[in-house]
Amino acid sequence: MQSLGAVDGPGLRYVVFLQGCPLRCVYCHNPDTWDPSLGTEMEPKELLQKILRCKPYFGHQGGVTVTGGEPLLQPDFTAELFALLRENGIHTALDTSGNVGEAAFEKVLPYTDLVLADLKFAGEEEYAKYCKGNFNTVRRFLKRTEEMKIPLWIRHVVVPGITAKREYLETISAIAHTYTNLEKIEWLPFHTMCLEKYRQMGIPFPLENTPAMDENTLKQLTESL
Amino acid sequence: MEQWKGFVSGEWQDEINVRDFIQKNYTPYYGDESFLCSPTQRTLNLRTKMEELFQKEHENGGVLNVDTETAITLTSFAPGYLDKENERIVGFQTDEPLKRACNPFGGMRMVREACHAYGYEVSPRLEEQFRLHKTHNDGVFSAYTPEIRAARHCGLITGLPDAYGRGRIIGDYRRVALYGVDRLIEGKKEDKLKIAAMPMFHETIRSSEELYDQIRALEDMKKMAEMYGYDISRPAGTAREAVQWLYFGYLAAIKEQNGAAMSLGRVSTFLDIYFERDLKNGSLTESEAQELMDDFVMKLRMARHLRTPEYNELFGGDPMWITEALGGVGEDGRPLVTKNCFRMLNTLYNLKPSAEPNLTVLWSEKLPAAWKRFVAKVSCDTDAIQYENDDIMRPVYGDDYAIACCVSAMRVGKDMQFFGARANLAKLVLLAINGGRDELKNQQVGPEMDIWPEEYLEYDALLERIDFYRPWLARTYVNANNTIHYMHDKYAYEKSQMALHDTDVRRLMAFGIAGMSCMADSLSAVKYAKVRCIRDPETGLVTDFEIQGDYPKFGNDDDRVDSIACEQVEKFYEALRQYPLYRKAVHTLSILTITSNVMYGKKTGNTPDGRKKGEPLAPGANPMSGRDTSGALASLNSVAKLSYEYCRDGISNTFSIVPQALGKTEEERLTNLVQILSGYFAQKAHHLNVNVLNRETLLAAYEHPEQYPNLTIRVSGYAVNFYKLSREQQREVISRTFHVSV
Repeated sequence: MQSLGAVDGPGLRYVVFLQGCPLRCVYCHNPDTWDPSLGTEMEPKELLQKILRCKPYFGHQGGVTVTGGEPLLQPDFTAELFALLRENGIHTALDTSGNVGEAAFEKVLPYTDLVLADLKFAGEEEYAKYCKGNFNTVRRFLKRTEEMKIPLWIRHVVVPGITAKREYLETISAIAHTYTNLEKIEWLPFHTMCLEKYRQMGIPFPLENTPAMDENTLKQLTESL
Repeated sequence: MEQWKGFVSGEWQDEINVRDFIQKNYTPYYGDESFLCSPTQRTLNLRTKMEELFQKEHENGGVLNVDTETAITLTSFAPGYLDKENERIVGFQTDEPLKRACNPFGGMRMVREACHAYGYEVSPRLEEQFRLHKTHNDGVFSAYTPEIRAARHCGLITGLPDAYGRGRIIGDYRRVALYGVDRLIEGKKEDKLKIAAMPMFHETIRSSEELYDQIRALEDMKKMAEMYGYDISRPAGTAREAVQWLYFGYLAAIKEQNGAAMSLGRVSTFLDIYFERDLKNGSLTESEAQELMDDFVMKLRMARHLRTPEYNELFGGDPMWITEALGGVGEDGRPLVTKNCFRMLNTLYNLKPSAEPNLTVLWSEKLPAAWKRFVAKVSCDTDAIQYENDDIMRPVYGDDYAIACCVSAMRVGKDMQFFGARANLAKLVLLAINGGRDELKNQQVGPEMDIWPEEYLEYDALLERIDFYRPWLARTYVNANNTIHYMHDKYAYEKSQMALHDTDVRRLMAFGIAGMSCMADSLSAVKYAKVRCIRDPETGLVTDFEIQGDYPKFGNDDDRVDSIACEQVEKFYEALRQYPLYRKAVHTLSILTITSNVMYGKKTGNTPDGRKKGEPLAPGANPMSGRDTSGALASLNSVAKLSYEYCRDGISNTFSIVPQALGKTEEERLTNLVQILSGYFAQKAHHLNVNVLNRETLLAAYEHPEQYPNLTIRVSGYAVNFYKLSREQQREVISRTFHVSV
């Protein structure tokens, strides 16, 4: 699945959604991307042709963002697509949780111009509890992006009642700043627009009763972080 | 010459050559908008007075007052003022602001109907004066052929300027400021003497008479300015005089002519030279410079013509198309962006957003980054500007062209245009199916042929039929325009405007296409789906269609249908070119409808793409509303495929996007809008109207117009104040595609 966006990475971007995700984050707003058996199959070259139609709009900043699901669950596809994009002078961004094994990211990172890493939680326990994932795997991934000097944007979804506390966000910010390749932190407000999706799919939304994150409160909470 | 002190000398001093003056004297500006000034107290006071008048005009049903006693000429009205003591720039068409005048030279019938519609009657004195005066309208209808009348009657060719002024002519109003009127008269007298040495035959006789009229118009221009206390026989000596002189030139044009589009040209950078000189010698401050532009623009916003309700149905919102082209790049690569281009756009903040003047940014990759960012900001804030591709127009028209109306480029003072309205190509498809009979009126319009005999439409055979009817349509259309422009020259010659042109002008005859995307989708449906004909049991005419299956639709970057659109446009242009034009004019073609897509739709039956009888066609070159479902860029990519090569009179595209889709922060939105414009124009696309707004805003304005007096929206080549559109036009605008993702 593809669409064009101005909100996932710098400039105007062609956003590719890959199907399948190993995590089950309580606030996930794309439950429709969990199942790896869904989606349209497409060859990287085929997709490249579609992307090239949009190249005039990318300019110096824009390009392609591959997201998901978890794009690193399909490392061969992502790596091949990124390699093709590089050949065509198109900027590549990888939107990932980093919750994957080394073999996968070692394939993709050599062709990646920017990593958008979702740093969901600040500790092992919470990561397992809320996302069914492994925090140490994430840190290993982030360390590797630093070693390879790939520009890094850390993103974090601020959820009322869970992470929407000043001290907590300070911790996230502190972790993010340990990486010398960090360029930017994006604080994303939790929203409930996915409720309808969950209903349609007949899956319970764990945070059904959590209110959306208020933009102004978020501004105050994250000031000067 | 004293008034030229401080200017770099050049050829412009020995000949009429405004371009040379600009190139030798202007100062490109690469900075941002931080130097701009907010309105002065004097401007705010004038603005309040202007807004009160607008309010009264609105309450009065759209027309404040009409003078039914006087036929308008350059000098037939006493001076008019908004606030005499405080105006920096003066001049109205009549003796009171917003008072409309009768201009019967184009046609008395339209004047009568317009007066009547607003509760006035033309005075017996004026009726008597024009009883024996043949008008343009009389002339045209005494020569129209039965074929033209039939094509016009059924709406195959419509919007023809055969009942009022043709417009679309841009005088080089800058000449009045740079040279003064006496020097211009001198030049025209010399030209007239040159003709006197040639054998007198119809062309030379006509030129000689036209020059006589031009000289008389220039004399009248001086008298008009004298009534306001100014001597424009000499060049302007200060910035204020330059604005005033130039405006007098324009005022003469809109007193003399009531054409649909009375465009201003490309004046901001020219005026900047005078502003820079006065700023440097200390006789002007930045705030005073802005005040002059604000006052000038207020005058432009108060220009009015008397129109009939039928006219408003075609061109909604009482437009004047006072189009001003801003920016662009010179042939030497320097941007033509100056501080005064910023000041011109700043009037949208100082005086609040407005439809007029029709501000047009000439886009080039080489424009300074700060200017690109600023124009994007103005778009996001006001929805009042349009963009046109300087990089494809400059190679054709040089670097001193301007835009008439919406998208019509011409070299200022060197080209003029015969405006030719448009042919409805969606209707041509129906005509071809029905063997030349009009599907709604059941009248034979074109050459007779069998009605489509099969149950299903078949692509190749349908194309053959269209190939048969196209040349007939082109010939009829050319004949109509040749007639119109012959008569307009004869009975309503634009002497004031043509006096501000070179004597030897190039003439462009601008034809147009309406219903382009409806035609492309219809043919695509026939080619890729199955389209069954449904016949009227009484007449046997094919009046409806049943589509079985899906088909690719224009506006989704799908070559299967986009190529059909391109092919049909090219074929229509080539068909027109087979027929020679009046006064050796050059054929040009536009894909532009203004708001007339609503009216053309009313005159078009059910079409094979599934559009229902009476529903609007898409405006200009836009995809049919709601069918461009693959995102904003795919929609733009489709339109960008239409070649300017065949559409030298412009390809209009109107684009609405919700702010959230452009980005999260203002900075992101501006960067991304600039990127969209760059990407679109890099593909040699021609024009884009940009609206950044939510449909909800328009719905609210539809329900409560009084709360949105300044809501401006780009419709098709021009901007309108939303509340001035008819309810039907408002609904059509609301139903258009609002892109929620790029």
